[in-house]
Amino acid sequence: MTEEKELLIISPDNEFERESVPESHTKGLRSFVGMYAGEHAAGTEFAIGPLFLVHGVSAANLMLGLFLGNLMAVLSWMFLTAPIATRVRQTLYFQLERIAGVKLVKLYNIANGLMFCFLAGAMVSVSATAVGIPFNMKMPQLNDTMPNSIGWVIAVLVIGFVISIVAAKGYNTVSRFANIASPWMVLVFLACGIAAMPELGINSLSEFWPAARDVIWRGVPVEGQSQFTFWHVFFFAWFCNMAMHIGMSDLSIFRYAKKSWHAISTGAGMYIGHFMAWISASMLYAIQLQADPLNTTVAPGPMAVQIAGLTGAICVIIAGWTTANPTIYRSGLAFQSLIPKCSRVTATLFAGGLATLAGLFPALAMKLLDFVALYGLVLMPMGAVILIDFWVLPKLGMKSFFAEAAKISFHWGAGAAWILTLILCLVINKKFGLEIFFLAVPGWFLAAIIYIVGSMIIQKQRTA
Amino acid sequence: MMKKILMPISIIGLLLLVIGPVLFAAGKVDLPMNKNILLVGTILWFATAPFWMEHSKN
Repeated sequence: MTEEKELLIISPDNEFERESVPESHTKGLRSFVGMYAGEHAAGTEFAIGPLFLVHGVSAANLMLGLFLGNLMAVLSWMFLTAPIATRVRQTLYFQLERIAGVKLVKLYNIANGLMFCFLAGAMVSVSATAVGIPFNMKMPQLNDTMPNSIGWVIAVLVIGFVISIVAAKGYNTVSRFANIASPWMVLVFLACGIAAMPELGINSLSEFWPAARDVIWRGVPVEGQSQFTFWHVFFFAWFCNMAMHIGMSDLSIFRYAKKSWHAISTGAGMYIGHFMAWISASMLYAIQLQADPLNTTVAPGPMAVQIAGLTGAICVIIAGWTTANPTIYRSGLAFQSLIPKCSRVTATLFAGGLATLAGLFPALAMKLLDFVALYGLVLMPMGAVILIDFWVLPKLGMKSFFAEAAKISFHWGAGAAWILTLILCLVINKKFGLEIFFLAVPGWFLAAIIYIVGSMIIQKQRTA
Repeated sequence: MMKKILMPISIIGLLLLVIGPVLFAAGKVDLPMNKNILLVGTILWFATAPFWMEHSKN
């Protein structure tokens, strides 16, 4: 995520936190294109691309799944998030407080803060794979869940410590650095993809597809791993940023947009980061497997170095660091909101410590696809609540922003929509075996129905 | 003035990040040379971009 975007959301100097953004402060399409273009070339892309290969995605399924899934993500931003954002022009947190009450927003903050910690932990892990190269560190293996060596523990602790201190003390400096690194990072991803081609036997464009089909994405999973289909890729690409679009987190961004269609700018991020970068990273992993089929570890550092040398290692470190920085900072702010007496520096260091602890466990990076899907799923129900509250409740003769109107601090209808949905999703997963990548589909409708029913009851009680 | 000098150097740095791999893919340079070109592009970018990019924002 770009720091520019993060600053827009979370900077202590941020304006309009509890009011609508005035028309005079709205921004044009170009501001959002640049922001999103850099946003999705993050450290985690280095790990996500290879994991598609690990799960045996075929070339056709990957290309089509990514193309259509990313298209659905862009459409979700355009038709779900931005229309509300440009009408209300308030942050996610303020809208949620008006809908669900201040206490529920605090709970949401805990969930959000924890999820951000784990995400930052994955980024620390990614950076550690590059830092460990000069020390010949033993890389964690695909099935490793626990730290596999003292070297790994030291690398993660050192990186986590540095990132946490910087996030707490020098957030803005890293933010500015991340903006400068952003175009360079995008091109390093592209460079890796282009340079990987001859190594995979692609010497002309006409040779790309046969090699893609028969050499790179052969549709055979690594032993012991589940088989991914078109639907896995499609839903993963659509839902991996679900917290931002369907979950409505980016209300905080698009409240600044002049027009709701400006959300088309997210396409720049999707097709650079979640198409080109994932494919490039996937190709790097294919080279690794080609050299040694038994070397199935997803270690972005060595993968990037084999094709891009020192530039690749620097890119992995910077991509991990610059994305972990705002994530830890944001997580710290979420925790701080729960204990206002705690200083921002202390809260950020606490979040950084938690992220570092999470990063010690390679399972987080090796199971990143599952974690990213879980992250979106956990925050999704509140997005459904916001959408229903804005569009549907008035049509059913009910009031929007009822917590504000009735002065309640915990709207149990919204709380039930969140918690019950997650419990029901768990039941669907365990009883019917529906994988985590698909749970958001029934989950969204469950959250919507529970919130409508809950609102009917609570609004009837309060107005009786 | 500084921006006029530094910005083209930064752009050359970025171009090298594409030119190196394209030359490698075309068989015109070998992999170690591709890595060197990428490193030169990286150095050019980070040595120049912070000055004019920050300046532009201000």
